[in-house]
Amino acid sequence: MAGINHAPPPFFKQGPAPLALLIFYIAISLALFVVDLRFRSLELLRQSVALIIDPVQRVAQTPGSLVDHAATYLQGLHNLQQENSQLKHAQLNTAPNLQRLAQLEAENERLRKLLSVNEREKANGQVTQILYTARDPFSRKVIVDKGQQSGIVAGQPAIDETGVVGQVTRVFPFSAEITLITDKDQAVPVQIVRSGQRSVVFGLGNGQLELRYMPANADVQVGDILVTSGLDGVYLPGFPVAKVVNIERDSAYSFARIFCVPVAGVENFGEIMVLNPRQPLPEAPPESVGRGSDSGEKNGQRPKKKRAAKGN
Amino acid sequence: MQPTFSSSRILQPVRPWFIFFSLIMAALLNFLPTAQWVGMPDWVALVLCFWSVREFRRVGMGWAFMLGLLMDVADGSVLGQHCFAYVLLAYVSAALSRRFLWFPLAQQALQVMPLLLATQVVQVLMRMAVGAEFPGWDFFIGPFIATLLWIPATFILLLPQYRPEEQDPDRPI
Repeated sequence: MAGINHAPPPFFKQGPAPLALLIFYIAISLALFVVDLRFRSLELLRQSVALIIDPVQRVAQTPGSLVDHAATYLQGLHNLQQENSQLKHAQLNTAPNLQRLAQLEAENERLRKLLSVNEREKANGQVTQILYTARDPFSRKVIVDKGQQSGIVAGQPAIDETGVVGQVTRVFPFSAEITLITDKDQAVPVQIVRSGQRSVVFGLGNGQLELRYMPANADVQVGDILVTSGLDGVYLPGFPVAKVVNIERDSAYSFARIFCVPVAGVENFGEIMVLNPRQPLPEAPPESVGRGSDSGEKNGQRPKKKRAAKGN
Repeated sequence: MQPTFSSSRILQPVRPWFIFFSLIMAALLNFLPTAQWVGMPDWVALVLCFWSVREFRRVGMGWAFMLGLLMDVADGSVLGQHCFAYVLLAYVSAALSRRFLWFPLAQQALQVMPLLLATQVVQVLMRMAVGAEFPGWDFFIGPFIATLLWIPATFILLLPQYRPEEQDPDRPI
């Protein structure tokens, strides 16, 4: 420590002592850490820094995308023809359902009107390209190539061709951060297709998901498909989320441990679709006062569920 | 300054733009998709540590803080996480720089290893303190690879400062 710690002669101007500087910077770092984690009020700072480093990041992504392009270019005519015929085949297979879809939707709308039930929301969105996976090993996030300039806002759900991928959590001027459903802090309200039971599925951080707080005797089987229930006002109902792969029922605990894997290629690279934000749900009716312990319990549950649904 | 303590060659003074350039290149290396690979070193930490040892009057904690902020935003981690680790790294390597430079390169690398490892450990501790999962032991391979890279990094980063071998005898140095 002899190098810089002893007091400098007064005729050399060196600025504040290193220890003072260290304490100063560490205090700022810790303040940033706490404020960003607890209050999330530093998005403007994040956005401005992101704007500065955006060109550097794009440059850094070029070699990777060049290799990708070269690979597809060299893949050859034969492969492409094969893929083309496969796709045509698949299209033909789904044609009977698709062709009647328009008619079915119209019929559904008419019937809903007859029953005076609200119309289903249509799913629209914009296709984005995944730029890269965020390097942070503690979370599961990807960065896509559209942001504020394309009108993306935080909270929008993202899907790929098979199911839900995640949710937009931060928006930068030219890119957006999508937290995958496998992230530890992410939760999706779901419904079991077979039984219609509602629950919330949580990310585990290791590529799997867990269906928590289901009673040990709950009607869940391996192979059950979970779809979004739409109760959160974020995800539209009916998108596949996960598939149950393992159930541990231990009589010592009141809850079963139910593990699922995501249906979508959550950890893969490629293109994903960011769905437009949903229309706001109607206001929840006010809680009636003085209904005893039952209402108290409900009161306690509601904000918790809302927070879980919002995820980050 | 000499490249190593036993060398008789005297280096030219460092050019500030080269320090800036090397730090930006390190950030670029960190942004590459290869950063996802297991055992990839944190290039910014390595280059920052190098300049903090060599030129602690030019590259100090202010630089470390700004680079930390940059990496926090780029990684999507919590703001302040890299800042804290890098500021600490810059301080300790500057404080120990006189000692480091008295060792041959291989032993320098050995002494730098704990610093680089501490940079990762500090980040893990910070995140685990606020509820993140342990990211796995392969998160700690990077610093060891970075230690091996200390010798080539010293060579490359000092290249612009070498003088030509054949010197004009009339020159004073």
